[in-house]
Amino acid sequence: MTEVETLTFEAAYAELEGIINRLDSGDLPLEESVMLFERGRRLSQRCQSLLDNAELRVSQLIDGDEIEPLE
Amino acid sequence: MQSSYSVRELTAYIRRMFEGDNRLQGLWVEGEISGFKKAEPSGHCYFTLKDGKAQIDCAMWRSNAQQMVKLPKDGDAVIAHGNVTIYEERSKYQFYVDRLRPVGIGDLYRQFELLKQKLEAEGLFDGERKRPLPVYPKRIGVVTSPSAAAFQDVLNVLSRRYPLVEVILSPTLVQGVEAPAQIVRALERLNQRDDIDVILVCRGGGSIEDLWAFNDEAVARAIVASRVPVVSGVGHETDFTIADFAADLRAPTPSAAAEILTPDIDAMRDDLDRLSQTLDEALGYSLRRQRDNLDDQIRLLRQLSPIARVRTARQRLDDWQAHMTSLQRGRLTLLRQRIEASDRALLAASPQAILERGYALVSDSVTGKRIKSARAADKNITIQFHDGTIEAQVKHD
Repeated sequence: MTEVETLTFEAAYAELEGIINRLDSGDLPLEESVMLFERGRRLSQRCQSLLDNAELRVSQLIDGDEIEPLE
Repeated sequence: MQSSYSVRELTAYIRRMFEGDNRLQGLWVEGEISGFKKAEPSGHCYFTLKDGKAQIDCAMWRSNAQQMVKLPKDGDAVIAHGNVTIYEERSKYQFYVDRLRPVGIGDLYRQFELLKQKLEAEGLFDGERKRPLPVYPKRIGVVTSPSAAAFQDVLNVLSRRYPLVEVILSPTLVQGVEAPAQIVRALERLNQRDDIDVILVCRGGGSIEDLWAFNDEAVARAIVASRVPVVSGVGHETDFTIADFAADLRAPTPSAAAEILTPDIDAMRDDLDRLSQTLDEALGYSLRRQRDNLDDQIRLLRQLSPIARVRTARQRLDDWQAHMTSLQRGRLTLLRQRIEASDRALLAASPQAILERGYALVSDSVTGKRIKSARAADKNITIQFHDGTIEAQVKHD
């Protein structure tokens, strides 16, 4: 499994939805459901912090394939 | 003899000839307005279009005349769109005008219409060509001028709605003769990258001449050719450009384009809160189910436990013990009763008891020997009764 801290918002969000579905439907072993829940918690926190700390990044294309930050 | 036509049949035939000729339908004609008048109360307009060499009578119905911002006056150079047909009652052909524009701008409109028709016929604007836009774009390529107010508008909307996104500006002129080639290049450069999810082509409002770069054929083709989906936001809500038709989605303005492109972060927060709550509930549900299962197992285990068997065994043991105790007790009682009976028999056989029944014991007073027969009794004897003894003398006859 990928480290939660490196996931993009979309990836974390999608995984969180998947975990909920599994917890909801499957007859998971106890240990696994607790593990899933803990990961879900971390995913949710990851999403929150991404939303809280998001700041629009703007750059522009310069010569070749280079980009440079703008402003 | 040849059959003859009525006048009406003839004029109807000529009319059908005019109306069946595609070149006379939906055409643009340039000329100068002359003899313009608006008829009351119908509201229809009548005038003549002429140039140095010829003239044609024109009519414009009220519904079309009402679309015009202002009515033309004599001497105006205009370009008119409409159909040529026959006015049967007056034996004259007429140009029925449905759109009328001043020349110059009219020329641009004509180019616009021609290009639009051409690209439309090629299928460039077909609905099935339109691609879906990403729901959560990671990188948005923006094709516009960095100095344009429109670019700042776009950045403002993105910061507010979806600051998770990264903007990569592909700078270009958006106005003037060099603009189309630059816009095409800017689109191509973004397409050379592999990290762009969607492209926004935008420019703020302006006159039709200002926006003209977005009515360029090469620009339209570059938009259609883009590997990455393109959203256009050019000018104001009422401005339509060829680029808009070519784009996968047309937004009315640059700001609107930025909104369309991005989810709303507040809505996402709500979604996330809901999801977190659902996660808690899902775990609660899962744990509850596990606990129920566990309880069932515990019950089952209890039923099967050796302790239960021990208990049962112990109970049985208790039963047996009680049984045995009662048996024992019975036996003792019996024994005791037997002993009492023997006791009684014994007592009944004792000499004292016999004496009490009236018998007496005789012994020799001197020797103390028991005398069991009358012949053995001599002189002095002792007689023992149950309550005492007496001395007696035997008299022999």
